[in-house]
Amino acid sequence: MTKAELAEQVSEKISLTKKETEQIVSIIFGSITNALNRGDKVELRGFGSFRIRHRGSREGRNPKTGMKVKVPPKKVPFFRAGKELKEMINNKKGSQES
Amino acid sequence: MVKDDIIDIVYERVGFTRNEADAAVEAMFETIKERLTSGEEVNITSFGKFRLRNKKERVGRNPKTGKEYSIKARRVLTFKPSKELREIVNKGS
Repeated sequence: MTKAELAEQVSEKISLTKKETEQIVSIIFGSITNALNRGDKVELRGFGSFRIRHRGSREGRNPKTGMKVKVPPKKVPFFRAGKELKEMINNKKGSQES
Repeated sequence: MVKDDIIDIVYERVGFTRNEADAAVEAMFETIKERLTSGEEVNITSFGKFRLRNKKERVGRNPKTGKEYSIKARRVLTFKPSKELREIVNKGS
């Protein structure tokens, strides 16, 4: 499912147009992006949480030349599914495996 | 940041009532959950992709007692951040 399909389905559930819903979907993910950028974590009950994980610098190698290079530390956005969502995905209650 | 903060941001940015903003935010996360539960991936351009992975059954060990037990085959959800998101959070640090 893409962002456009998501907006379309959401707009069918609420009384907003597809265009308005697309705008809202963008604002929602934009706000999560901004929070992560500030170093804030985002906790969405029943869904999961987003946070930044820090990766220290490490020594890597250029796969072509085999030369050692220093890989600088970086931040990685990380999502952890909430308990409810994890269980739903595992079909704890009635499965419809295809 | 929690869901209520997102609702406030939507409410401030768009000309709807707070109830409408609330309904829209809830409906969006519910829709994503439904799709994932039905086994479909959800790809949000410029944000990231929610993917489902099938894990095989394997033998695990209780780290305290050292006892072996079987971890059943299961489906897990992973998130792959988009290149754009990874770049944004690494900027200005």
